[in-house]
Amino acid sequence: MKTITERLRVPGAFLLGAVLLLGIAPVALSDFRLSLLAKYLCYAIVAVGVSLAWGRGGLMVLGQGVFFGLGGYAMAMHLKLADAADTGEKIPDFMQLYGTSDALPWWWKPFANPAFALAMTVLLPMAVAALVGFLVFRRRVKGAYFAILSQALAAALSIWLIGQQATTGGTNGLTDIQGFFGYSLDDPVNQRMVYFVIAAVLLLLMALARQLFVSRYGELLVAVRDSEERVRFLGYDPANVKLVAYVVAAGMAGLAGALFVPAVGIISPALIGIVPSIGFVIGAAVGGRASLVGAVLGAIAVAWAQSTLSDEFPAAWTYLQGLLFVLAVGFLPGGLASLGTVLRRRRTPATPKEEKVVVMAGEAA
Amino acid sequence: MSGLSISRRGLLYGASALGASAALTACGAKTGSGTSSDAGAKADTSGSTVKVGLLNSLSGTMAISEVTVHNSLLLAVKEINASGGVLGKKLKPISQDGASDWPTFAEKAEALIKDDKVVATFGCWTSASRKAVKPVFERYKSLLFYPVQYEGLEESPYIFYIGATTNQQIVPALDYLKKQGLTRLYLVGSDYVFPRTANKIIKAYAEAKGMKVVGEDYAPLGSTEFSTIVNKVKGAGADAVFNTLNGDSNVAFFKEYKSAGLTAKSLPVLSVSIAEEEVKSIGTQYLEGQLTAWNYYETTPGAANKKFVAAYQAAYGKDKPTSDPMEAAYISLYLWKEMVEKAGSFDVAKVKAASDGITFDAPEGTVTVDGASQHVYKTARIGKVGSDGLIEEVWNSGKPIKPDPYLKGYSWASALS
Repeated sequence: MKTITERLRVPGAFLLGAVLLLGIAPVALSDFRLSLLAKYLCYAIVAVGVSLAWGRGGLMVLGQGVFFGLGGYAMAMHLKLADAADTGEKIPDFMQLYGTSDALPWWWKPFANPAFALAMTVLLPMAVAALVGFLVFRRRVKGAYFAILSQALAAALSIWLIGQQATTGGTNGLTDIQGFFGYSLDDPVNQRMVYFVIAAVLLLLMALARQLFVSRYGELLVAVRDSEERVRFLGYDPANVKLVAYVVAAGMAGLAGALFVPAVGIISPALIGIVPSIGFVIGAAVGGRASLVGAVLGAIAVAWAQSTLSDEFPAAWTYLQGLLFVLAVGFLPGGLASLGTVLRRRRTPATPKEEKVVVMAGEAA
Repeated sequence: MSGLSISRRGLLYGASALGASAALTACGAKTGSGTSSDAGAKADTSGSTVKVGLLNSLSGTMAISEVTVHNSLLLAVKEINASGGVLGKKLKPISQDGASDWPTFAEKAEALIKDDKVVATFGCWTSASRKAVKPVFERYKSLLFYPVQYEGLEESPYIFYIGATTNQQIVPALDYLKKQGLTRLYLVGSDYVFPRTANKIIKAYAEAKGMKVVGEDYAPLGSTEFSTIVNKVKGAGADAVFNTLNGDSNVAFFKEYKSAGLTAKSLPVLSVSIAEEEVKSIGTQYLEGQLTAWNYYETTPGAANKKFVAAYQAAYGKDKPTSDPMEAAYISLYLWKEMVEKAGSFDVAKVKAASDGITFDAPEGTVTVDGASQHVYKTARIGKVGSDGLIEEVWNSGKPIKPDPYLKGYSWASALS
């Protein structure tokens, strides 16, 4: 039997998060700080997916930039088209400058429809992940090979986008976004609205991920991570189990990218390549990839540290970021979220079997 | 797949979160309504000092170039403060690191305007970083002074473009090549906005003026693999190479170029992104005799330049070269000072209104601000790399050229924008 406090722990934590994000932060922070927090929360949304795919599923997802970018570009393409329509132009501003013709490329056209563009921010990354995952997991590619493949994909997409200057804005990416579904982003009130949407989406996805974690599927996913062969002998197909985690994580990254666009006002190949893709997992690794709250707080903390520390120590930040990643992976694989468990274990040496149980329970939050 | 059971409670959490946020969300101005609620950030001019923002990449791949610009901005601030400041107020430089990352540039620009309440910002190097900060400066009606030559086709009301636009660098360079009888060009560039736009202009020029582009190749930014491109260049029967490569790629390109037996005599290369600083890092032996196009060289004659070079080397080291973007950054602060003093106010609208016709005796020669385009009249200078690593001028346009960012005054360019 669970005690009352145990039963209230999860809803209580959720409520606390909701009050902090939706109640206190908007009052306590200036417009500028709140817009920074909105950006960090986008990274946190990616971290929710990383926590699922990497933390629970053991998939080294080092190419989340691809999905973040697909979602971001899908959203930005719609917003650019809406801006152009507002000013009476047929094609977005950068196409007039760098383009070769006055006609909109065919693959831009459907993004003028807001419903289509919104759906694509999630479905397009999921479809790409499904295709990649289907090919990769079937062939039992895993570990470092999967990580390298993810990175190659991220590099390829960013190079392709840079090459298509006339239709994607090249290195500049899609910038100078004026409106968000009819609301002017110049208005601080609307910037706040964007923040609330992002915070709500984060909470929603955390709730969804937590339900996945504690469901039978969540247990199966952990089982696949810890012993894929045994799961196979039990009659499950590990490829399908991994595929679901990978696709869901991609959808979350896509949604994060889509929300990043109105929050920051830009999406560019610089947010998609290898370095940002590694950046997406560092926060989760530091905070604790298997713990949902750890991953989310880690992502927010690392992004915040980057903004603050890079002011004081511009040259040192990159090294510090790398060091954090190495330390977390090498010495604290469970991240900061597991610190308590690790220390407790040190103090009271337990038999290996019990240890495993302790770790699992500690990670379940 | 079995076991995908989402409990009702989970959905309840989510729904309540959405509901709560919807309740908290008030909707602001619609697009195009023109009533954005006082978005202009007020610069703080109340104290005895005013803050100026310096926005450069102090870390990341662009740091090697942008730190030199940052240094000359600091030098100008120091000099201006030593001579009494601006409107009696001392300048306090606030440095922010753009970290060679475009969204970071946007974030830091906002920090400078909203947190530090700077009166003006100086910096950015790459076009991508400028495009990223442009909406921020426009939203808050704050000024950016941009010190680097660029691809033109832009006129933001809140940016002053102190570097050359295309008709002050690329077009004169083409005129020069044509005059030398070098009419068959091979275009080599890094894959980003500036080279692609520059090459579009070059192709339009070539077509109209009887020149011929015999090849065009792009390498990814930072690429160091050039054997294929150099072999293609060698076999294309070109008279000259027009080089818009940026950064490290130049090192690999020119090494490969030399080892393929190509020289400044047999097949000259005209570069638009190689200044004194880059000559040093590529190696003079690879570049000797090759051509460059800029508006300023360390060797440009005149008392103003002598003073600038001496002051820079006194502050940062005897062996430190000065370059075009550094000079443009340095004069951008002086031009802003002149504008503010003419306006008698730090107010952005008044400073903009006062900008037209401001002249300054710059190290590159006399420059004049064109108020309509917020660009600067500049003299184009073609240079040749000498054996000492410095660049000697071989030709100049004689007088400052009026900036024409959209190339409206050139009939052959009518199809470009």
